[in-house]
Amino acid sequence: MLAVVVVVVVLVSAPLRRAARDGDAAGGAETARDAADAAQRRELEAAKEAKYREIRDAELDHRTGKLSEQDWQALDGALRAEAAQLLRALDRVGGPPDGEPG
Amino acid sequence: MALVGRALLILGLAVALYGIGASLYGARGGGPAWVDSGRRAVYALAGVLTLAFAILEAAFLRSDFSYSIVASHSSTTTPAFYKATAAWSSQEGSLLLWVWLLSVWSSLVLALTRRRLREIAPVATAVLLGFGSFFLVLTIFFAQPFATLAAPPPEGAGLNPLLRHTSMMFHPPMLYSGYTLFTIPFAFAIGALVTRRLGSEWIAGTRRFALAAWLCLGVGIVLGARWSYTELGWGGYWAWDPVENASLMPWLAGTAYIHSIMIQEKRGMLKVWNASLVLGTGVLAILGTFLVRSGILDSIHAFGANSLGVPFLALIATMVAGSVALVVSRRAALRSEHRIDSIWSREAAFLLQNVLLVGLAFVIFWGTFFPLISEAVTGTKTSVGPPWFDRYTVPLALAVVALSGLGPLIPWRRVTMAGLRRELVFPLGATLVALVALALVHGVTAEPKALLLFCAVAFTLACVGQEFWRGMRARQASAREAPPVALVALVRRNRRRYGGYLVHVGFAVLLLGVAASSSFQHAQDVSLKPGQSARVDGFTIRYVRATSVPSAEKISLGAVLDVSKGGRHVATLRTSRGFYPSQDPSQGIVGRFFGGEAESQVGLRAGLGRDIWTVIAPDLTPLQGIVNEGNRTFERAMAGLTRGGKPPNQAAVDQLFALRDAAVAAVARRFVTQPWPADFRFIVSPLATWIWLGAIVVALGGLIALWPAPLATRRRVGAAYAARVARELARS
Repeated sequence: MLAVVVVVVVLVSAPLRRAARDGDAAGGAETARDAADAAQRRELEAAKEAKYREIRDAELDHRTGKLSEQDWQALDGALRAEAAQLLRALDRVGGPPDGEPG
Repeated sequence: MALVGRALLILGLAVALYGIGASLYGARGGGPAWVDSGRRAVYALAGVLTLAFAILEAAFLRSDFSYSIVASHSSTTTPAFYKATAAWSSQEGSLLLWVWLLSVWSSLVLALTRRRLREIAPVATAVLLGFGSFFLVLTIFFAQPFATLAAPPPEGAGLNPLLRHTSMMFHPPMLYSGYTLFTIPFAFAIGALVTRRLGSEWIAGTRRFALAAWLCLGVGIVLGARWSYTELGWGGYWAWDPVENASLMPWLAGTAYIHSIMIQEKRGMLKVWNASLVLGTGVLAILGTFLVRSGILDSIHAFGANSLGVPFLALIATMVAGSVALVVSRRAALRSEHRIDSIWSREAAFLLQNVLLVGLAFVIFWGTFFPLISEAVTGTKTSVGPPWFDRYTVPLALAVVALSGLGPLIPWRRVTMAGLRRELVFPLGATLVALVALALVHGVTAEPKALLLFCAVAFTLACVGQEFWRGMRARQASAREAPPVALVALVRRNRRRYGGYLVHVGFAVLLLGVAASSSFQHAQDVSLKPGQSARVDGFTIRYVRATSVPSAEKISLGAVLDVSKGGRHVATLRTSRGFYPSQDPSQGIVGRFFGGEAESQVGLRAGLGRDIWTVIAPDLTPLQGIVNEGNRTFERAMAGLTRGGKPPNQAAVDQLFALRDAAVAAVARRFVTQPWPADFRFIVSPLATWIWLGAIVVALGGLIALWPAPLATRRRVGAAYAARVARELARS
């Protein structure tokens, strides 16, 4: 039982011990700004992935006959414009994505 | 080891409480180290509870009757498989299972999202650990799985005979997996609302967990229905029992949620609806657990009234109040980014489907809780039965089935009338053909609701079949593949879509089986002696001979029946009723072998066309005289062994018990050698097997939709569209 307690304490406290060792407490304000940018970037990445899926779904709808050529062209254009807006927004936020692809 | 188990639960509670504090402190500026520590607290909790659960399982497997729940729910004669699964047949063990599963799924989601959702995850961690803490408090103070007995009995009471069924042993883990997995999107929704990160990232991060919850809960519900059909001996699979309803409500709400989040992901719409829906689903999942634990409503499943009701009500009230407060306070941030472009769009179809599903859940909620509300208001307890539920759920279910066919035909954003007409030609034609064919079948038109449902099923199958066909043809046109290869490739590249379509097919087929087996069922209760026959739906069922099988575990009295039609043999059915020994000494040395709990072995011939089902209920009254005589004889013999106050000779006692066992077997054999009339229930149910086949297809579709595409494929697809959009950017 004691061994279990020790393992739990070691596991749970590891990040705190590492932070204390690396002196990670400083730069709070900068970290918060970076964190906000990273969060916005992740939101935009998620929206971008969803938009790509929407483009792909529209293409499949067209190929299976649910959308006429005209309707699909219009929709595809609108979706790609929305995707381009997301890419511009990502460029403005800047920095590489730090998560796995959706 | 029981002490170690209890200590592990206390350690788990301490870890959970620490994790709540660390996560919230880290989220409020304490830094990422505290957030990571909070996340690791979840991992630690999973490890600690795994050890605790293993200790409990080991106690069951070695029949350690010093554990109170082992003594009350297992025995040395219980087969090893049922010993292993008996842990969750008790209130205490099932609560431990619940919190263990919660810790495992929570660990999984936090590990998978550790580099994403960094603002939301700490709050979600705190919520998940909050649930964990609640259930650990229950297991430590109210329903203790590691409680011990000062004087362990030499033998346990055994597992409830009704639970000695494979389906029933997997039913609780699947249900609880569903409930605990639904707490994950609930927790992340709370996190998103608290932190105002209300984009689609948190939905994308938890979507698979919502789908997994839906899948597990659905499988659990079907396993319970299968158990009811093959074990309980009434011939049905769904009785609108409160505990059945308690699992169906979150499943329906979850079904609505996994559809409507697609709209939020694509169009940024329905944010208030989705937030409310996922929070409501989480509340319903806890409510379902509450209904089973508190015994507040009469049910054969309930564990009886106990002290857990008040804590659960407090938790549910907190969840509801907190959810409402958060959604109301964040309503500005939850404003939709777009509006529905057209009533003839997939968005509108999903919204209608959501309303129908939530409506179904509400109807079931009202019918389930009406007895309680009625009792609170009038002081008189009433109940609503299957006819009430059928009256309101059947039309809604019919609409849902039809919509599950129509929805896939409609593209996102809008469809033109010409386009919709083009899409509907084949499905409507197929439905018309089905309608004409069904109208020619004797008796179908006498059940208009069933006929309508059959037509809705035909419509849905035609719609989805058309989707698969056209998708396969489109794939063939571009990739020059053989049809089977093209079909597989189509599904692999579009798992969410075609997995979902398969779920629609399975659901339609399942309801086809429900409608046919309930509307056109033939049932008969008869009393037969060997050699006598009964006629049910054109079948002749002859009672061939009685059977008697005594064993160390139980005494089974049964029958072999021959089923024929038009003089041709169709099936041989075997049914029995197993009588387990009672622990009550007042029933006598012989009598207790016939006086304990009993369970039925159903005789079932399942077929694609119909099921022929039977169960026997042997009357033990003719045995009472000889049982009483046996009791007196063996009691005199026992008294003789202990005469004079001397300890009995062990060899003599063993011999006496051997004689007793032989006498019990001989008494049971009378059912064969001098058979008397036995009561039988015979049921012929058309298309009942399609319920289970439909459920399998639903599960398969859900698995396909859940399964992630290989990473390389995702990167390749993403890169292709990124390149196209980049070219647009360069031109603009």
